Amino acid sequence: MTMAGDKPMTLFSMTERALSAQLVRMNTATSNLANAGSVSRSAEEAYRPIRVRFASELDAATGLASVRSDGLVRSSAEPTRRYDPGHPLADADGNVWEAPVDETAEMVEIMESARQYQNLVQALTTAKQLMLETLRSN
Amino acid sequence: MNEQIFGIHGAALELRSQRMGVLASNIANAATPGYKARDIDFASALDARLESERIGLPPSDRTAHLVYKVPTMASIDGNTVELTREQVAFAENALAYSATLSFVQGKVNTVTRALKGE
Repeated sequence: MTMAGDKPMTLFSMTERALSAQLVRMNTATSNLANAGSVSRSAEEAYRPIRVRFASELDAATGLASVRSDGLVRSSAEPTRRYDPGHPLADADGNVWEAPVDETAEMVEIMESARQYQNLVQALTTAKQLMLETLRSN
Repeated sequence: MNEQIFGIHGAALELRSQRMGVLASNIANAATPGYKARDIDFASALDARLESERIGLPPSDRTAHLVYKVPTMASIDGNTVELTREQVAFAENALAYSATLSFVQGKVNTVTRALKGE
């Protein structure tokens, strides 16, 4: 898969794409966290956690491999049924369905994504410094 | 000409820059399922580069040969990037780039001074 603009990939465009992929990842984890504990009337309506799927994007001309988000996948985890007849959304049997969000896992996902983001920024800064050094040498 | 002034350092600088891109790719793909970490075998790539310059291959044929890294412990999703290793390699490569750059700069200074007749 080549880049949309058909321009050769540089270290900068590569890192930029990887950074946006990490942002998508962080957004999905945050959405999951926001929906933790949300309750609905039936198992079908209940929120299911989403995960971003990453795919590598190779630029054959330069040998650089960037990463892009290759769509979102919904978790197949079943919502938890809770017996709560007093709840306004309870069905005829007095059950409500709670979103199966693992808050700890989502927190870990966010931390991992943040660290990855930092790593990329660090690599970008180093590369930029070296390029500047090379440019300034005369 | 290039080789006469800069020795191996001109080729080395270019290779270091290529390797920086490859290592950054590995860091970027740390979470991509199935991605295999790659690297440039610097010593053999430099040999090949000098050889191709000697026999006069065009620069387009000079992209370095990439090798796949052997992971210490592969992860379940088939990704072989080990972030700490990549970071260390990236730092080491950046340092080597700096060192090579100062060799090149030194050469340029020498030639400039000779031209000026200092």
